[in-house]
Amino acid sequence: MAEQSFDLIVVGGGPGGYVAAIRAAQFGMKTALVEREHLGGICLNWGCIPTKALLRTSEINHLLHHVQDYGFSPVTAAFDIAAVVKRSRAIAKQLSAGVTHLMRKNKVTVFDGTGKLAGKQTLSVEKDGKPVATLKSPHIILATGARARQLPGIEADGKLIWTYKEAMVPTAVPKSLLVMGSGAIGIEFASFYLNLGVKVTVIELLPRILPVEDEEISTFAHKAFVKQGMAILTGATVKGAKKATNSVTVTVESEGKTQDIVADRVISAVGIVGNVEGLGLDGTGVKVDRTHVVIDEFCRTGEPGVYAIGDLAGPPWLAHKAMHEGVICVEKIAGQKDVHPMNAGNIPGCTYCRPQIASVGMTEARAKEAGHTVKVGRFPFIGNGKAIAMGETEGLVKTVFDAKTGELLGAHMIGAEVTEMIQGYVIARTLEATEADLMHSVFPHPTISETMHEAVLDAYGKVIHM
Amino acid sequence: MATNILMPALSPTMTEGTLGRWLKKEGDAIKAGDLIAEIETDKATMEVEAVDEGILGRILVPDGTEGVKVNAPIAVLVAPGETAPAASAPPVAALAPPVPAPVAAVPLEVPLAAANGDRLFASPLARRMAAQAGIDLAALHGSGPNGRIVRADIEAAQKGASAVVPAPAPAARAPAPAAAIGAPHRLVPHSSIRKIIARRLTEAKSSIPHFYVSMDIELDAMIAIQEKLNAKSPARDQPGSYFLTINDVVIKAAAATLRRIPEVNASWTDEGMVFYDDVDISVAVAIPDGLITPIVRKADQKGLLTISREMRDLATRARAGKLKPEEFQGGGFSISNMGMFGVKEFSAIINPPQAAILAVATGAQRPVVKNGALAIATVMTCTLSVDHRVVDGALGARWLREFKTILEDPLSLML
Repeated sequence: MAEQSFDLIVVGGGPGGYVAAIRAAQFGMKTALVEREHLGGICLNWGCIPTKALLRTSEINHLLHHVQDYGFSPVTAAFDIAAVVKRSRAIAKQLSAGVTHLMRKNKVTVFDGTGKLAGKQTLSVEKDGKPVATLKSPHIILATGARARQLPGIEADGKLIWTYKEAMVPTAVPKSLLVMGSGAIGIEFASFYLNLGVKVTVIELLPRILPVEDEEISTFAHKAFVKQGMAILTGATVKGAKKATNSVTVTVESEGKTQDIVADRVISAVGIVGNVEGLGLDGTGVKVDRTHVVIDEFCRTGEPGVYAIGDLAGPPWLAHKAMHEGVICVEKIAGQKDVHPMNAGNIPGCTYCRPQIASVGMTEARAKEAGHTVKVGRFPFIGNGKAIAMGETEGLVKTVFDAKTGELLGAHMIGAEVTEMIQGYVIARTLEATEADLMHSVFPHPTISETMHEAVLDAYGKVIHM
Repeated sequence: MATNILMPALSPTMTEGTLGRWLKKEGDAIKAGDLIAEIETDKATMEVEAVDEGILGRILVPDGTEGVKVNAPIAVLVAPGETAPAASAPPVAALAPPVPAPVAAVPLEVPLAAANGDRLFASPLARRMAAQAGIDLAALHGSGPNGRIVRADIEAAQKGASAVVPAPAPAARAPAPAAAIGAPHRLVPHSSIRKIIARRLTEAKSSIPHFYVSMDIELDAMIAIQEKLNAKSPARDQPGSYFLTINDVVIKAAAATLRRIPEVNASWTDEGMVFYDDVDISVAVAIPDGLITPIVRKADQKGLLTISREMRDLATRARAGKLKPEEFQGGGFSISNMGMFGVKEFSAIINPPQAAILAVATGAQRPVVKNGALAIATVMTCTLSVDHRVVDGALGARWLREFKTILEDPLSLML
């Protein structure tokens, strides 16, 4: 087993890792990528992409139940869950193969195995406990991602209590489902199963669902989900769970009342822990804080030549954050001059439930805590022609501006296609646009994006269609 | 596609420089890493590396051009077979910083905004905040992509934390025209180093409240030791040979004194007093068109021989204009020695942001009174110039007395 030298090594082939590898290859660096399971990581194989395939199915299922709203006679269409899952898996596979192709095209050497730091500038690669290779490089980027956090006493068993992974490949659709945690992952699965006709209960420890979103958006979503038939318990703690052969009884305390909820399956979506184990970090300068590697603004760890990006390096746990970190990390290593740290306030967050949720920047409450005097604008989808024409009138756009400077502090959206539209506000924030620039922008008519314009106008008392 | 090569900023303070000499001709093929030009900066001459490859299509700024603004286009790089278009249209090809950049090196900060007086790149938010705070955008350095001025730059300017020139009052903008000189004369344009010396020393003498302390120091004991040590050197040109000068001993003694009285190894800042951990001594070296102060770092931890060899190397390279920025930027204390010119005594201007400079005059035999009788001793007058904001009179005097004690009893350095 010969020792091989590279200019840069990436450990982990998820969206952060493979993007970093491609960027390095573009600089002419001899680049290696070490991946233990499959290229594309969780995002592409067990996260963002396959869930979007599933959600498309549930969206179509919803439409099929409402065809008469659009002038059709009622249809009866049943779905086959095996075929639904098969489609989702095929899409994941197609994209993973796409990453393999990109690695080949960029001449990135891919090692199948688990990478571990083994001394200065050295990484050992093992597969099934057997050494595969010893790699040397002055620059090693750790991008090993994260995994679902386990709630003590209610650990996922893969059969009755699922994590995202089992929830993505059901062999049968449960009749009832309890989702623990109302962050993006929990809510997406809750929405998916709800739209397939499953009785869904969501429990959230904090006083409201989607706790990182603006409170008005959380409230709007809560009402929309309840209207669709979802049961939601907030301020709820799980006291225990009892498993039967084909169901789980979960004891939940909420607002002083204790109740037993029986569900066929439970999804545990109570957060994320970084994959810091087995990386050989002991004895290095790499610092770990609450399962995440501590990095500086250019993803450097405390150990010279060792970097960390993506979920491993902490929240927000988003693929696009990982990709961006991969790029700036490599550009800094390559000695590029015009490299700028990522502004965490400009990273959008998207939740693909129905209705969709998207946001960037500060919530109204956060902006006030930060000492801003704010101007807030709102515009509901019901005032938008395109939304009405599409039958998607459930939605709201909210903008938060600094009253003095006109800085767009935050934008919060719920409704159809908002995940595709939030980038408009992201660009505005990145370019440091003020309300004036947004007002002067001409938005195309008729589009749902006009709600974004109106929400800006509303903050300054100039709204037209309301 | 044709790209512009821009005048690089070789140090954080550089706003313009002299394009000394092109090392490549129009039509030459350039690879990344090739040395393409010599740039005369504030204090030294440096060679500049290319980052991109291509053909040097057109040289826009010829050899010897002074006052080239940082980021002004200096040449156009084209692809093989392509003709060079007029300047300024093509996008920008970056020049590498002059220090050979290993892959992980942190590149120098490049001030870019409004360097060429053209379009000022600033975000709408930055423009509005600047207007609200009365900040002149043209005086700021943008930290955003391509040097764009962004919110953070305005916030930094408001805090006064960045190296920012405050918006000058309109009246101060146009300097009074110099009185016309009628006498026959010739006008020599200022070299960049002349301008820097003028600016820094004017700033020092007009903003630092100087005071001066002088002492006569008897050198006989020290010269005896110096001669003994020099006698131990291998013959000239033999490996390991050396020659210790009075200047070397003065550096060593000053370093020891600074370690014993560290309050002088300090700088005044508005935020507070800066006390340096290391004893880094700047030593003034005359060079053809001015002077430069290369630094003997951690001089208190170095032996005489190390100091002597370092000083010789630094001085040689200083005269050749080959010092690296880190070799002359910084330092906590300065020494200016004019002993070789027979100067009886003089006082020096403090080298900001330092708080003191030692002026060393010539050592010569003088009559002295010892035990009530006239005697002859080799005496050198040293004058310490001190920033009174940092060092009070008694402390300055104590420092010089300690320095004198060490030089007059050099064996005490062994302790």
